[in-house]
Amino acid sequence: MGFLTSFFAVWFYIATLILIGGVAYKIYTYATTPSPLKIPTMPAPLNSTGVALRLGTEVGLFASLFRSNKWIWLFGIIFHVALLLVILRHIRYFIDPVWTWVVLIQPFGKYAGFAMVVGLLGLLARRIIVERIRYISQPSDYLILILLLIIGASGLMTTFLAHTDVVQFKAFTLGLLTFNWQPLPIDRTLLVHLTAVNLLMMIFPFSKLIHAIGIFFSPTRNQVDNSREKRHLAPWAKAQFESTHPSPSPQTTN
Amino acid sequence: MASNVEFKIPALRPYPEIPALQPDAMQSKGPFVAKPVMQTPLGFPGELVENWQEKAIEKMGELLKKYRSLQVYLDSCVKCGACTDKCHYFIGTQDPKNMPVARQDLLRQVYRRYMTLSGKVVPKWVGAKDLTREVLDDWYNYYHQCSQCRRCSVFCPYGIDTAEISMAAREIMDCIGLGQKYCNEIIGKVYKIGNNLGLPEPALADTLNGLEEDVKLDTGVDVKFPLDQEGVEVLLVTPSADFFAEPHIDGLIGYAKVFHQAGISWTLSSYASEAGNFGMFIGSYDNMRRISQRIRKAALDLKVKRIVFGECGHAWRVAYSFLNTLAGPFDFLDPKYPVPQHICEFTYDLIQRKALRLDKTANDQRRVTFHDSCNVARASRMGTIPGGQFIIPRAVIKASCNHYYDMPADTIHDQTFCCGGGGGLLTDDLIELRIKGALPRMEALKYVIDHHGVTHMAAICAICKSQFTKVLPYYGFEMDKIVSVHQLVSNAIVL
Ligand code: SF4
Ligand code: SF4
Repeated sequence: MGFLTSFFAVWFYIATLILIGGVAYKIYTYATTPSPLKIPTMPAPLNSTGVALRLGTEVGLFASLFRSNKWIWLFGIIFHVALLLVILRHIRYFIDPVWTWVVLIQPFGKYAGFAMVVGLLGLLARRIIVERIRYISQPSDYLILILLLIIGASGLMTTFLAHTDVVQFKAFTLGLLTFNWQPLPIDRTLLVHLTAVNLLMMIFPFSKLIHAIGIFFSPTRNQVDNSREKRHLAPWAKAQFESTHPSPSPQTTN
Repeated sequence: MASNVEFKIPALRPYPEIPALQPDAMQSKGPFVAKPVMQTPLGFPGELVENWQEKAIEKMGELLKKYRSLQVYLDSCVKCGACTDKCHYFIGTQDPKNMPVARQDLLRQVYRRYMTLSGKVVPKWVGAKDLTREVLDDWYNYYHQCSQCRRCSVFCPYGIDTAEISMAAREIMDCIGLGQKYCNEIIGKVYKIGNNLGLPEPALADTLNGLEEDVKLDTGVDVKFPLDQEGVEVLLVTPSADFFAEPHIDGLIGYAKVFHQAGISWTLSSYASEAGNFGMFIGSYDNMRRISQRIRKAALDLKVKRIVFGECGHAWRVAYSFLNTLAGPFDFLDPKYPVPQHICEFTYDLIQRKALRLDKTANDQRRVTFHDSCNVARASRMGTIPGGQFIIPRAVIKASCNHYYDMPADTIHDQTFCCGGGGGLLTDDLIELRIKGALPRMEALKYVIDHHGVTHMAAICAICKSQFTKVLPYYGFEMDKIVSVHQLVSNAIVL
């Protein structure tokens, strides 16, 4: 077993653990932090079905962003939809035999890589060109885009330019899952691709990429508008103010 | 007036476009700082404590555990820039730190530095910064340039609400002894006297008597303005501005006439003689709760069956969204009615039931538009369907006037622009900000004036009304263009 195979195998395990552990920790933090007050951005849905719909249009269609800025929406949606297709396509490397639907989306997934790069370039261009967005951008904002671009470009190269030995690569990925390591095809583009993906997984829980989780916990988007019907007391507020008698006498004024 | 100010009044642009950045355009020391006597009654240290850095970080950590909004919003912003052109203060001042995301970043940079891995390891990469005196000064200045209007939250793909961040920042500053004079002094008055204006009971009783006489002279009818009357149907809680100045007071007259014609007994309370709740502006759950409890006590003491709120924007947010949580349960009130009700809901119900006689022609000399107050529009509701807060006030206006015209669609409903004076900024030491922040609303108003000959803009918020009265002249409009919605009702009602 070559050094690179072991190195990437171990790194992949570590990156996956960090990703899963980090995301789980974030979800735990968000889920256990109370929202002590009702703050949905109105008009808001009156029941949880409505909330599911609202979140659905936000996550699936970027509804608020569409109202807000058509260019960011366009590049954003191109990138995210393409990324989704690309990720789904990659399932084929981790299962055998490959599920039919994964086979069916394969052609779309392959070309989605281009759309992904186009979306990213659009976002990067706006970040550089639009004065307001440049002002709010930190090095990490550029670096994350560049990292994603590297992933997209190197992925496209392994598919369309410097063909990687996919069969051997699949043996490697399946081996990772069964803890029965197989040699990784030594191909520079592929190594760049894997390096970037591992890095992305590792920074995901600790960077703004966590927005993918945050949206589901955003009180302005996930709360039901029913404050007049139901009280919405957080545990800490209850403990602090209402632990002794349920409806305390008001403070006196003079 | 407009001539003796030392800054430039923004020009009304025919086609509003996104302005270029002018870094530090609004760099300043911020509004007047609260004196120790204003801080202590609210439970805050009198002046900046010695170890303020440590205390501020500690408080931030505490708030992160208490408010999911803060935790999620500090983490989730992707710097997409969608919100950058949505704040009226940015549009009016061009100061990049008034872009909502940049305003959030003032707190986020410190959060990252002290509470996140990346900010501890590679601060420069992620824009993390130590909490220095400069940063604190920026906090004080720019978190008092946010009216907590939530317009940015409508447009953010994750609903990030800069108002939540501003409130947290103000709470942190209060807790280290750096409070804002305007808000904290007013809260003190509420505790001591019962209302924001510091109007004591005898003065209030006097005012109300005077109003009864005025209305009698005007209409020949005995319309009552009851104070502290036990056992009546409705407790009316209204902003104290309604007792004090035009055009607010005309709105109060309108409410009284509506109660009179409907034959529903009502009272004001001298103990809870204020609807506004500035505890929200300073992000203080404790103070907001304490202020809310007055209303509960007044309702109990006066043995009323319903609570109705007068025309006030932020007050309605606290009333609609928080009152039940902070001071409930209100199981001692009549369960047939929502608690609390907005005066517009109340009047609208009567109109629906044909219980009011309104003669629209009485307002025929007026061509009216409606300014959706930010906190009514984006932080509350009226009626039973989402968006009722847009429909009901307009329906009340249209039942009272023949000529009604909306301002452009991207400046009303949930896209409405703040008046420029909300969120604890309605103070003369922030007049430059207030004038500049009013720009988008003034442009929208200009549009309906030019296209529809609009003569008056109606509003349902004490802050909006005061703010417009003050800033309209700077833009070349008469100050009495701003009217109360119930002022229109008052004119139209046939007693
Ligand atoms: S809440 Fe309103 S005032 Fe504050 S940043 Fe957002 S848009 Fe501006
Ligand atoms: S719209 Fe939301 S995510 Fe985008 S920059 Fe503004 S606050 Fe951040």
